[in-house]
Amino acid sequence: MSDQTTQAPHTVARVPRTPSANEEPYLEVTDLHVQFPTADGLVKAVQGLSYSVPLRRTLAIVGESGSGKSVSSMAVLGLHDRRVARITGSIKVGGREVVGMSDKDLEGYRGGDASMIFQDPQSSLHPYFTVGDQIMESYRAHHNVSKRKAKERAVDMLGRVGIPNPRRRVDQYPHEFSGGMRQRAMIAMALVNDPKLLIADEPTTALDVTVQAQILDLIADLQRDFGSAVVFITHDLGVVAEIADDILVMYAGTAVEHGPVNKILGEPLHPYSWGLLESIPALTGEPAPLHPIPGSPPSLLAVPSGCPFHPRCEFKDRVPDDLCRTLKPELISRTADLGRTSRCHLKDPDKVFETDVLPRLP
Amino acid sequence: MLLYILKRVLSAISVVIVTLVASFALFFLAPTDPAGVICGPRCTPERVADIEASLDLDEPPLVQIGSYMKGIVVGRDYTTGGTTQHCSAPCLGYSYTLGQPVTKLLAQALPVTISIVLGGAVVYLIVGILAGTIAAQVRGTSLDKAVVGTTLFIQSIPYFVVALLVALYATFLPQSGYHPFLDNPLTWASGLLAAWLCVGLTNAAAYTRYSRASMIETLGQDFVRTATSKGISRRRVVYRHGLRAGLTPVVTIFGIDLAFQLTGAIFTESIFGLPGLGQLTLRAFGQYDLPVLLGGVLVGSVVLVVMNLVVDIAYTFLDPRVRLG
Repeated sequence: MSDQTTQAPHTVARVPRTPSANEEPYLEVTDLHVQFPTADGLVKAVQGLSYSVPLRRTLAIVGESGSGKSVSSMAVLGLHDRRVARITGSIKVGGREVVGMSDKDLEGYRGGDASMIFQDPQSSLHPYFTVGDQIMESYRAHHNVSKRKAKERAVDMLGRVGIPNPRRRVDQYPHEFSGGMRQRAMIAMALVNDPKLLIADEPTTALDVTVQAQILDLIADLQRDFGSAVVFITHDLGVVAEIADDILVMYAGTAVEHGPVNKILGEPLHPYSWGLLESIPALTGEPAPLHPIPGSPPSLLAVPSGCPFHPRCEFKDRVPDDLCRTLKPELISRTADLGRTSRCHLKDPDKVFETDVLPRLP
Repeated sequence: MLLYILKRVLSAISVVIVTLVASFALFFLAPTDPAGVICGPRCTPERVADIEASLDLDEPPLVQIGSYMKGIVVGRDYTTGGTTQHCSAPCLGYSYTLGQPVTKLLAQALPVTISIVLGGAVVYLIVGILAGTIAAQVRGTSLDKAVVGTTLFIQSIPYFVVALLVALYATFLPQSGYHPFLDNPLTWASGLLAAWLCVGLTNAAAYTRYSRASMIETLGQDFVRTATSKGISRRRVVYRHGLRAGLTPVVTIFGIDLAFQLTGAIFTESIFGLPGLGQLTLRAFGQYDLPVLLGGVLVGSVVLVVMNLVVDIAYTFLDPRVRLG
């Protein structure tokens, strides 16, 4: 088994990591629901999501566009407009409940203990303010310091994220930065208050591959220095292998699989995860046709009954009594390994993976 | 930046010269009888000949335009009825019906119009941008609908009706009239208050709608979400981060609007009895006072060109991505 794992397109985590068992979670999401009432009906963007992340660990949330990755993470930072989004469940950050927090408390919480790196720094940084201004604003929102002190801190942060000549760069505008430098500035801004929880929402999407690798290294380094809990949202399994300790696979607003990164990339137990692995092109050997997952993600206005993945699942015939269509499976351990959970009715998903899926992987 | 301004000033001057030549040609070189027209219906042949001579109408067209432009630069003498009137630079011609140099007439009228338009602009910018920003924040609520409904209502009433209503019913406002600012700023302001409110509130409707649309778009931008995620107050997010970016398109419209209002304040001036540019040109139109009309056109074109330049320069302060050069 293990030698087959190494054949996966992206080798599993390089750095050996400590097991997560018995560590107290810093971020704890329990039965989170996020819904948006619209003219067309209720958009059920997140339905009953639960996960937790302790300090010093990285959880990667993986899934297609519209699977609820970003929506759930924005809820963690309290960024949804109350008048637009209906949020229920519980989000505990360092013991504090974020769901239902007052506006005043949210202001103190956002950007302090928890901060976010957004995708596309081109549009996420304000075009009219200097990079230094924007970093200083974050710092001064949580620290009662003079402008001069805040600027020193901004210069210091720019230096730490590897921006050369930070003393000059601090007075420049985002449009004077390259794409990678802009993302570094964004990271500096997110880390300026030493957050204990860092959410990175597809931070490398807009960047080319070499810059992407630098940014990932940077986030990993800074995480080690700051000791933060990191939630890393991405749809790139290569990035996941690089950076994550644990993976949460999301589909149609729910978690379908959750566990340590090497287990889930090496031997996933959910047909959707299999589909994700199969849709990665092989970089070695003969060029082979890709196996994309048939169909497209369901509309969140009308999520399929039972298992939301069943209309696209090629294994649903192996489950008796039409169960996939009628009953939503629980997110529970399906094998002897109790450290991982999945949401699938298949009796022996590990065997199905070995006999049906593994031979097809590149 | 300096080079850019220099370039723009040069091109502005050329635009004004083209306007000058074109309007001069339209008024004075048309196959009409400019001298007869200027002289009016009760005119003697001697007086027509007199005017023709003083305007160099017997000279070729190029010479006429040349002496007109020379007059702008160094001044010019007009001889009518045996007496010579000196029209000092910048000489924009001589009004025979009023017996005064055009420059002097414009110099009296322009401050009135500028006072009306700028004062009104202060009112509509403050009211419009504030109302639009608030409406954008509460988008979709009944407050937002009330704001949008009110702006629609105001915009659908013809302007002169609004002005007339203000003049007739807002009797609690100070008597309107123009007193130079330098004499007494307080009487200046009280005399213009009615006109300011009228110009301000009617235009505020349009500016509310511009600002609302622009702010709704801006508040949906990623950088506003980033600002929110920093933990700063909502007010700071909206007014520092949102308004700064949301104002840019409003400034563009404002620059164009301002120029048009300066040349088209006729209703306001007539109803509130303010002797501005609009009244001057309207009177000149009725009396075929071509030199005054030509002067009015020139001033209008200069204002338009200058306002465009001001807007372009204002952009560099608003948006650092705009680097002029």
